[in-house]
Amino acid sequence: MSLVLEGFLNTVALTLLSFCAALLVGLVVAVLRIVPVPLLRGVGAVYVEVWRNIPLLAWLVLFVFGLPEVGVKMPLFWTAFTAIALYEAAFVAEALRSGVNSVAAGQGEAARALGLSFRQSLWHVILPQAGRRVVQPLANIAIALTMATALAGVVGVVDMTRAAQRINLELAQPLLVFTGVGLCYLVMAAGIGFGARVLERRLA
Amino acid sequence: MFDAPGPRFRRRVFWVSVVSVLVLLGLLALGLRQFAAGGQLDLVRWRPYLTWPVWRYLLGGLWSTVVAAFATGVLAMAGGLLLALRPNRFTRAYAEVMRTVPVLLLVYVMLFVLPSFGVNLPLFRKLVVPLALSHAASYAVIFRAGVSSVDPGQREAGLSLGMPDGAVTRFVVLPQAVRHMTPLLVTQAVSLLKDTSLGYVVSYTELLFNGRVLANYNGLLIQTFVVVAFIYLVVNLALSRLAHRLEAGRARTAR
Repeated sequence: MSLVLEGFLNTVALTLLSFCAALLVGLVVAVLRIVPVPLLRGVGAVYVEVWRNIPLLAWLVLFVFGLPEVGVKMPLFWTAFTAIALYEAAFVAEALRSGVNSVAAGQGEAARALGLSFRQSLWHVILPQAGRRVVQPLANIAIALTMATALAGVVGVVDMTRAAQRINLELAQPLLVFTGVGLCYLVMAAGIGFGARVLERRLA
Repeated sequence: MFDAPGPRFRRRVFWVSVVSVLVLLGLLALGLRQFAAGGQLDLVRWRPYLTWPVWRYLLGGLWSTVVAAFATGVLAMAGGLLLALRPNRFTRAYAEVMRTVPVLLLVYVMLFVLPSFGVNLPLFRKLVVPLALSHAASYAVIFRAGVSSVDPGQREAGLSLGMPDGAVTRFVVLPQAVRHMTPLLVTQAVSLLKDTSLGYVVSYTELLFNGRVLANYNGLLIQTFVVVAFIYLVVNLALSRLAHRLEAGRARTAR
């Protein structure tokens, strides 16, 4: 039974921590992608394309088994956290960027015409409007991230899916165990969806 | 979001560029030093990846990846179409469940649950069936969005011309919907191709699993997986470019 709890807590912790980290990194990358410096825009684009186009499982394998070989030793949980956060950050960056792009161009032009600087127009005009449009895409990313944490089980983190597989070996009650774990994921996703709706209403 | 830069601003951009180049080079040097310290950059460790047998093995894996992705795509699209055409309580619940339950859990069900009920599928199907079940829900969403992106006036116009309902759907709505959906379908193909890397868990000999076999054989873990990741990157980047091209084409033709 303690295995169930460990798996559940690991999944929740991995989801929460890596989503927060992904938000931070994604924000930085999104800003890189819209600043008026072409070189930095290129850096942001390369980051997004590289992380987005390689499967998360490949990243996890590379990080978990590869990093120790170059002398970077971290606990397993934190290695998985790093890989998942950096991977999802690419998606967060894209969601934020398309949120910013969805704000009509006239808004930015009006801000400039009033004499606001790039930073002022971004902070006071564009971002507040983009904010409520990105809540739903970000919630979708958070749900996808919940699912993605299951992959950490493949490289050895005892998450919920991994725990289910192990318990199943002992209990031989596959239907019960796997349905239960599936329900846990559903509940987590429902929680995220609910939070997103509340947040959206607050921002509207 | 910004005006054409003046001379002062251009100077500032120049200096920011210089500083960021320096920072990037510094980070790169740091990383390379870390790799070199472990001997990971020695030519001996990379030379196998210049030989044909290794590449043949990896490209064979890529082929299996593509086959699995293709089979999954066909199945999932068929399922998605069924789901999208019959929006009722059951299909909506199905889509909701599939959107939140990890594919890996479904794969484990195939691997550990079904055999205890006497259903033991071949490896290929153990990978393709769960992927198709899960992606069918995504395709249903895409199809529904595609159909609803067609102006309702189009359907009304068709009906007012006396076309039967089925004909309106087939000749008026669907062709336009398909044009709207194509970029999304390609994006979905990228995500499908990435998900086939679960073959690593099922022991289906796709790209990532072949990478594992190769790394176990020659002990060149980092090099193998860097090359594998690179192959994924090239293939998916090509697909993404295609999606971009289609999106741009669509934006041009649509008014």
